[in-house]
Amino acid sequence: MEMTRRKLLAFGSGTFALATLSSLPAFATLTDDAIAELTGGADMGEGAITLTAPEIAENGNTVPIAFDAPGAAEVTLFADGNPVPNVATFKFGPLSASRSASTRIRLATTQNVVAIAKMEDGSFQMAKANVKVTIGGCGG
Amino acid sequence: MKKTTLAIGSVAALVLMPGLAMSDPDEDSLTINGDISIVTETDAPAHTENLSTIYSGWRFRSDETQAFQMDDFDNPGMIGVENAMVNWDTIDGSAGKSCASCHEGPETMAGVRAVYPKWNDKKGKVTTLAMEINDCRTTHMGAEKWKYTGGDMTDMVALISSVSRGMPVNVAIDGPAKETWEKGKELYYTRTGQLELSCANCHEDSYGLMIRADHLSQGQINGFPTYRLKNTKLNSVHARFKGCVRDTRAQTYKPGSPEFIALELYVASRGNGLSVEGPSVRN
Amino acid sequence: MASGVKPRVKVPKKAAAGETITIKTLISHKMESGQRKDDDGNVIPRSIINRFTADFNGQNVIDVTLEPAISTNPYFQFEAVVPESGEFKFTWYDDDGSVYDTTKKITVS
Repeated sequence: MEMTRRKLLAFGSGTFALATLSSLPAFATLTDDAIAELTGGADMGEGAITLTAPEIAENGNTVPIAFDAPGAAEVTLFADGNPVPNVATFKFGPLSASRSASTRIRLATTQNVVAIAKMEDGSFQMAKANVKVTIGGCGG
Repeated sequence: MKKTTLAIGSVAALVLMPGLAMSDPDEDSLTINGDISIVTETDAPAHTENLSTIYSGWRFRSDETQAFQMDDFDNPGMIGVENAMVNWDTIDGSAGKSCASCHEGPETMAGVRAVYPKWNDKKGKVTTLAMEINDCRTTHMGAEKWKYTGGDMTDMVALISSVSRGMPVNVAIDGPAKETWEKGKELYYTRTGQLELSCANCHEDSYGLMIRADHLSQGQINGFPTYRLKNTKLNSVHARFKGCVRDTRAQTYKPGSPEFIALELYVASRGNGLSVEGPSVRN
Repeated sequence: MASGVKPRVKVPKKAAAGETITIKTLISHKMESGQRKDDDGNVIPRSIINRFTADFNGQNVIDVTLEPAISTNPYFQFEAVVPESGEFKFTWYDDDGSVYDTTKKITVS
């Protein structure tokens, strides 16, 4: 087959389309792996903990988030669209009044923030929040 | 907070349709630390003929960004203020003095930020706060000048601004300052750059609209220096002007240049009546 | 030792025994993520605060492991219960080995 420029372009873009389809969101499997490592593959319940994050983050550099996980011994936060999914792990000591905390995080793109709580009884609970990360202004 | 998103095909379209529906800034009100009441909306001053109401940039930000500014602990810009408080008491220069040696505490600066830029009789020109700070340093302290938009200078302007929070901006535009003010006004309305944009095209004709995902403000500077989430640091007025001009793809002026001094005086006057808010938190 | 790193904390001065109090902490730190490149295209190495602890009279309140996704000037807000008068100790650990700490006293009636 004669490789004309047109054929090469069509061939190339076809491969690209295939590659894109199979890789969204880019880091979701990294996050799944990190979560599996944390839970040992155990099932995760939902509904017992809450995660608060803005629907639209004005700037991905500094996104305020908060969680409340009554009965949790430890809470780990992940960002499934970040190059490194782990965000932070909060271990609660004997003098913590509530199993809650707020912080500010970096989000590279629109993605889910995931909170996994390891409860005092050894079970796991999950909460997810989708945050749209925007680019604004004329300079970005 | 309601936001109206308009799909705008090109910048030219923006300019050719001045009657586009404005998305109003939100209705929230700002009180800092529960006791500093900030005016974020008021009647436009007479010399700002094309606006009827002026709004602080705070009103155009998301609820989360607004919350950052309501408490001095939550406001990352206050880190700069604390750094400046250390500098205030630090002896620097051949005269063996610190700011405190002459000025006592920073609270003695209350009211200063509200009236700058201002005509300086001795110098025979309009000066900005940064110029006065450097003048103090070189003339009275025998210390080195600070870089005009550098960290030390911006932190110090933030400190001086913080003690005027809640006071109305009130820069003089008449008398000896008039010529500089007129020059600033001309710059404000002149289109420049590859994108042929003037300050007014965005901040007067199009405030309230979305520019990509940013809620366009009126470009008021009552909140400067401002901690921008975008670069996680305090930004000075001239640094912002430089960025804006660069964004129109024009050759930008230098911080401290006569053009930016004039522009700062004019832009400050468009906010006469709003409260001094800096250090504020913006996108 | 990273330059300009300063901790700030907000703790109420007084509380009732067993009361829940809100604590806010911040440390000015760039939190270089290790994702950025310099002008020559070389990766700027990671350099962050990687751990934060809050203790009261020797007992732990919270122990946080930080990753590069925590924003510049790491901020944490959390709640503690104070059984008696004493002192909070807040400690931040830097990748470069530095340790920053600050203390705050509280009177319990």
